[in-house]
Amino acid sequence: MIDRKWIGHELPASVLPIERSRLQFFAKAIGETDPVYTDAAAARDAGYPDLPAPPTFLFAAELDSGASDRLLAGLGIPLSKLLHGEQGFSYHRPACVGDTVTVRSTITDIYDKKNGALEFVVKTSRATNQRDELVAELRSVIVCRH
Amino acid sequence: MTAPTYDAVNVGDELPALQLPPVNRTTLALFAGASGDHNPIHIDTDFARKSGMPDVFAQGMLGMAWLGRLLTQWAPQSQLRRFDVRFQGITHLGHAVRCGGRVVEKLEHEGERCVRVEVHSANQYGQTRIAGEALIALR
Repeated sequence: MIDRKWIGHELPASVLPIERSRLQFFAKAIGETDPVYTDAAAARDAGYPDLPAPPTFLFAAELDSGASDRLLAGLGIPLSKLLHGEQGFSYHRPACVGDTVTVRSTITDIYDKKNGALEFVVKTSRATNQRDELVAELRSVIVCRH
Repeated sequence: MTAPTYDAVNVGDELPALQLPPVNRTTLALFAGASGDHNPIHIDTDFARKSGMPDVFAQGMLGMAWLGRLLTQWAPQSQLRRFDVRFQGITHLGHAVRCGGRVVEKLEHEGERCVRVEVHSANQYGQTRIAGEALIALR
């Protein structure tokens, strides 16, 4: 059983610089063909200052920083039992190449189903840029299968 | 791409579908590096089998990123307000995922005219992999 004391836990901030080559790599990995995501001139024509981070990209912040791995270790969830249950984003302004995004998360709920065979951890996050403007809010539900 | 306009869009309209090629190990390795998700269950067959899985399988966020492509090929990302999904089934090697979406509501949200779009992805056997919805502002 995951200790319910983790509800309310705040993760250390994760800082993600939005970098051109990383976004181009991400676009390749997902098969993105829209030049807005790989060509700075196309991005500018579309009204962005530079390549925009695509809709799901900010999920990388806590993976890159190691905050996600440390959380799982603390919760006692091995990678072999981990599944992603739900993911949500609400968007407030774009994050583009040159921006630095900081993600701050809180564990907001932990519950189980099927007599504890599945446990769920809910994490909510705020992503802000270098001007402290809200970029996005994230909500993740991770699942531990026992 | 011509962005859809609020007046021209009707409830029930389908978004142009996005058909992906079958998932292979290269796709998973590239996404592991690009996304920062280095969980070996997606890239190391030995680890996957020790974890009780038949083989490596796709990262959930890869499937969500494909649904993101479905949305941004229909309307510019700057108009995307919300995007929420539930992961309903594991995408295994060889699964060819098709993403689709449908306008289910026209509404005003925080002073903007928006549409609510149901999104869905399924493999070639018709099994749902991801279901969710998005809120998109239209001019």
